[in-house]
Amino acid sequence: MAADQGRTQTIGAVRRTFAPWDNPAATPLIRFENVVKTFGAFTAVNRVSLDIYEREFFALLGPSGCGKTTLMRMLAGFEAPTEGRITLNGEDISGVPPYRRPVNMMFQSYALFPHMTVADNIAFGLKQDGMAKADIKARVEEMLALVKLESFAKRKPHQLSGGQRQRVALARSVAKRPKVLLLDEPLGALDKKLREETQFELMDLQMSLGMTFLIVTHDQEEAMTVADRIGVMNHGELVQVAPPAVIYEQPATRYIADFIGDVNLLETKVVAAGPDEVELACEKTPAPLRVAQGLGVPAGDTVFLAIRPEKMRVELKEAEAGPLPENAFEGVIWDIGYLGDLSVYHVELACGTRIKVSKPNVSRLVERPITWEDKVRVTFAPDAGVVLTR
Amino acid sequence: MARAGSTGRGRLLVIAIPYLWLLALFLVPFLIVVKISLSQDALAQPPYTPVFDLAQGWAGFKDFVSQLSLDNYGYVLGWDNGFVEAYGSSLVIASISTALLLLVGYPIAYAMARAPKGVQPALLMLVILPFWTSFLIRVYAWIGILSPEGFLNQGLMTLGLIDQPLELLNTDLAVYIGIVYSYLPFMVLPLYSALEKLDGTLLEAAQDLGCPPFKAFWSITFPLSLPGVAAGALLCFIPAVGEFVIPDLLGGSDTQMIGKSLWTEFTANRSWTASSAVAVLLLVVLVVPIVIYQNIQARQLEAGK
Repeated sequence: MAADQGRTQTIGAVRRTFAPWDNPAATPLIRFENVVKTFGAFTAVNRVSLDIYEREFFALLGPSGCGKTTLMRMLAGFEAPTEGRITLNGEDISGVPPYRRPVNMMFQSYALFPHMTVADNIAFGLKQDGMAKADIKARVEEMLALVKLESFAKRKPHQLSGGQRQRVALARSVAKRPKVLLLDEPLGALDKKLREETQFELMDLQMSLGMTFLIVTHDQEEAMTVADRIGVMNHGELVQVAPPAVIYEQPATRYIADFIGDVNLLETKVVAAGPDEVELACEKTPAPLRVAQGLGVPAGDTVFLAIRPEKMRVELKEAEAGPLPENAFEGVIWDIGYLGDLSVYHVELACGTRIKVSKPNVSRLVERPITWEDKVRVTFAPDAGVVLTR
Repeated sequence: MARAGSTGRGRLLVIAIPYLWLLALFLVPFLIVVKISLSQDALAQPPYTPVFDLAQGWAGFKDFVSQLSLDNYGYVLGWDNGFVEAYGSSLVIASISTALLLLVGYPIAYAMARAPKGVQPALLMLVILPFWTSFLIRVYAWIGILSPEGFLNQGLMTLGLIDQPLELLNTDLAVYIGIVYSYLPFMVLPLYSALEKLDGTLLEAAQDLGCPPFKAFWSITFPLSLPGVAAGALLCFIPAVGEFVIPDLLGGSDTQMIGKSLWTEFTANRSWTASSAVAVLLLVVLVVPIVIYQNIQARQLEAGK
């Protein structure tokens, strides 16, 4: 390892090239094989197969009730799969009780022991392993330093703030140096600023400890910030597993496109499909729509064009404007969301459909800002949209 | 302001009612008992002297005070008069009973707290249900069970486990059975309420950190249920020390308990003054555990849970 280099640079270098999921020779650390979990008639997890690699930061993302927490609890050992199997380092861990798994979990509620001090909470797992007293003391001090709570060792959990409790829970769950750390909505109880800071701290921590992190979250920004790969879940099924940029730019389905970020979904008909371009017709605009994407779909089929608001341009329609060019819509400004860094324009098309277009506010003063009821044209480049068949 | 004034008065009234209640129905009667305990027995109505008479003025009051004495306390605390022994044996019986109650009550409360949420109200009801029958009748029922020709002996003899009836009734064992049976709800309910509040994820966290379930019980569940243990133990211990009915009906002649001694002193010896002294001393003995209990409660409130 290049220890002399700056730490950030090392992390960056690792991050740049870290993609074991693309390497067919790589063996996964955790493997879910056709895992099913039912509670009575309710199927919480439905045929999930998933590989997670060593040192990966993997996020399970989905709305509440999608089965992501159940999947994580099966790995921790609190639930047993109804069908399928889970292997850790190649070994089936189905019959292994939670207290013998080399996996630790940080609970959403933190689950700190209220009758123990911060130091005792962190030492709890180490004591179970029968570690020597002096070693425990050293490890607890190391963990307290890691989460910057050295002066709080003697406090009880109820004497700490929410952010401090979160740190204690984190310190306790990594104290045993588990192979895998499970984080169940770890930042859910923190306010936005603190949450963003903590996200980056988590990433640094994961890198410096060299552990595999599996995080469960319903916050897509959190998942996209921290994770190497995201698994999007819906109704107990894993719908797409990919790095954040792929999830965002090449969503597999309309559901994912809609769940992650903002998107305009337009129902269109295929006019002509070439090897690297597809022409679509949309009822909402007379102009033909061209998308730079190969598509094996016959002409006449209904497909969906997904375009992110930031990938379109909105400009005032000039009085002497020519005929509508390709990839363009016409409409009036129906509403504006001013967010400071960018403005989101809701454009009402002639047919009544509203599309969202965002525009960065690059200049403080604009001579003629776009305002309510302005006639506008919305255009997008052929590589801005993505055609979805599902 | 008028409104603030009326609110203030209203608040004062609300606070005053319980204080007046305690003053009139606890403190005043207690002071009367203390006064009687400092008096001497007399063949009169009331059966003690001196009697406080306002009509005789200051001199009468001085005379009244000079007649008060600690003689009765000397009598009650006198080693040969059996009271000290009765206090001691009451404390021992109450302590053993409390320990037995804890042993019996904890698993019941634990099972209740772990039962499915829908079943818990029914289980709670079952614990409280015996209260619907008179306490006295329930203790009498134990005579029918424990007596030499009672159900228990008959059953054991029918099964051929014993040849002759066991001597159960009128022993200390019968007193323990009676106390444990009668006081069980007072132990189970506070334990249940402490265990029911316990956050299940704490046990999951303990297991996750490598702690097997049995060990997790002793390092997490039990310490966190200690407030319930303390409340249950004191709710049982305090009345058990002064218990009279159970040792009288189920205990033997050698079962010494202070409640029984007090009863004898009052009815057989007809000494109001000595029995008042017994009662006052009993209260002094019990103040210690009550203060401990209040301390625990205060600390818990401070902990904010």
